[in-house]
Amino acid sequence: MTPPSILRVGCAAGFSGDRTDAAAPVVGALAAAGGPAVLIFETLAERTLALAQLARRAHPEGGYEPLLDDLLSPVLAACLAAGIRIVSNFGAANPEGAAMRIAALARELGLRVPRIAIVVGDDLSGSAQRPLLEAALDARMQGLDIVSANAYVGAEPIADALLAGAEIVVCGRVADPSLTVGPALAHFGWARDDWDRLARATMAGHLLECGAQVSGGYYADPGFKDVPGMARLGYPIAEIDADGHCTITKPPGTGGRIDAHTVKEQLLYEVHDPAAYLTPDVVADIGAAQVEAVGTDRVRLSGVRGHPRPPGLKVNVCHETGWLAEGEISYAGARAEARARLAADVLRERLAGLGRLRVDLIGAHSLFADDAGEWLAAQPPREARDVRLRVALNHTERAAAERLAREVTALYTCGPAGGGGVRTSLRPRLDIVSCSVPREQVPVGHRFIASGPADGSGAAR
Amino acid sequence: MKRIEVPLHRAAHGRTGDKGNRSNISVIAWHPSLWDVLVEQVTEAAVARQFAHRHPSRVQRFLLPQLHAMNFVLDDVLDGGVNEALNLDSHGKALSFLLLDLPIEVPEGLLPCLAGAAIDPADPNPSPGDNAP
Repeated sequence: MTPPSILRVGCAAGFSGDRTDAAAPVVGALAAAGGPAVLIFETLAERTLALAQLARRAHPEGGYEPLLDDLLSPVLAACLAAGIRIVSNFGAANPEGAAMRIAALARELGLRVPRIAIVVGDDLSGSAQRPLLEAALDARMQGLDIVSANAYVGAEPIADALLAGAEIVVCGRVADPSLTVGPALAHFGWARDDWDRLARATMAGHLLECGAQVSGGYYADPGFKDVPGMARLGYPIAEIDADGHCTITKPPGTGGRIDAHTVKEQLLYEVHDPAAYLTPDVVADIGAAQVEAVGTDRVRLSGVRGHPRPPGLKVNVCHETGWLAEGEISYAGARAEARARLAADVLRERLAGLGRLRVDLIGAHSLFADDAGEWLAAQPPREARDVRLRVALNHTERAAAERLAREVTALYTCGPAGGGGVRTSLRPRLDIVSCSVPREQVPVGHRFIASGPADGSGAAR
Repeated sequence: MKRIEVPLHRAAHGRTGDKGNRSNISVIAWHPSLWDVLVEQVTEAAVARQFAHRHPSRVQRFLLPQLHAMNFVLDDVLDGGVNEALNLDSHGKALSFLLLDLPIEVPEGLLPCLAGAAIDPADPNPSPGDNAP
């Protein structure tokens, strides 16, 4: 029997592009368990927000998670019926737009319009914030073609929105673990400098934030790390207690696995110094953390400690830097690798002067290699019989970058024998510079959106 | 005791994470009995050699003995990372498997603790993970 003080947080997305049918089993398990529960979706990788900002430039009403409808439609009714609150950063570059869309979606589904709050203050891309960025970035600001600038907001505005009665909290850029810390802070009423508890909830959020990466996704390695039912992975649920300790589990009847090994891999994912995992809420310390299997697909995390949060907020400034050009062509059969290497030589000569040309021999030498070609040069030619040549370069000018595609395509008639399957692509390239800004100079908060154009009341209809 | 050379992936598993031009790779022992071997042999210097062609400006190892896990942080190994790298895998997500190719020497008595195909067909019970304390 679970004590009533447990808060369950289920995570149904670990990035923009994650499976959209993950939420239903999670919501089913949360509803069946009863008690307070929150559903989170984490959909903002570092670059996602810049892409959303570009989307909003093209369509001012857009700029939020493109799959918002697909994520929410299957579970919105069940969440409202069971009192499961929803917290997500799927607002991306336009939290208000996302909130309006959710209200409209509720109407389309014949549901009452939920109370929706948005978290504001993360977006520093406006002209009013320019001096703040200039002070933080100094010389690095020179000549930047800025697409987006966002502070990583912490858990407090999320907690405040929930305490004010929000059923759905739509955020832009918040630290990923704060999606979990916010609900825990609101539910348990911890002091906002209760560093140990904040750190424990932070690491619970860290285990959840990549979705299935803790429950068997991104883990399988046949014969070494076997995972059952990967086509229907169960996404994780954290059972958080009043001290912030958590047990990670997943919905019954789903695929995947949760054991000490899957949890350890995710615990250390994107961690540098284990004694200092920095978030806007706390500095979490897993130096003495314990991971213990306590049942089938149930693992308890304990021993996490906390230290006072950093004084500044991390800001990512995303800017355009030019173009990434890529081209590929395949060779198979006798001397395939030799023909691919010859094609690479031809391209190096034809594209000389355009900048560094990356060469991969996919099927022989690729991912481990370096851009300078040191690894590839050290590999003696082998006899690979199915090789895909890939070349890539960066260029600030579009016209120059386009030359790569033309030269790869011309290999059809001018290259070595038997080359086939040419594909080329040209994409704008975004770079990120990070800085820290004083917390007090980034006012953050939440506000409720009007429930919609028609009734404006938010009441059931 | 006689020592047998095996690739690290028989003794440990791991995952890569990235932030900017920095990669972190966990190395997690399949069995607590393998921990001392890992601490002794999977050193900062050994990992720096394994990534020599990526020219890390710094390699740091953090030990988490209670988890039988270690975390490596490799600076400047991603050719600029997602921002600039021309690698198909600009995150460096595959790099855990480069680290896990590192050869290590395991005392013969610990062979049953290894994962994957047993070297000794007479001892087909490597039982990865399940007998952790």
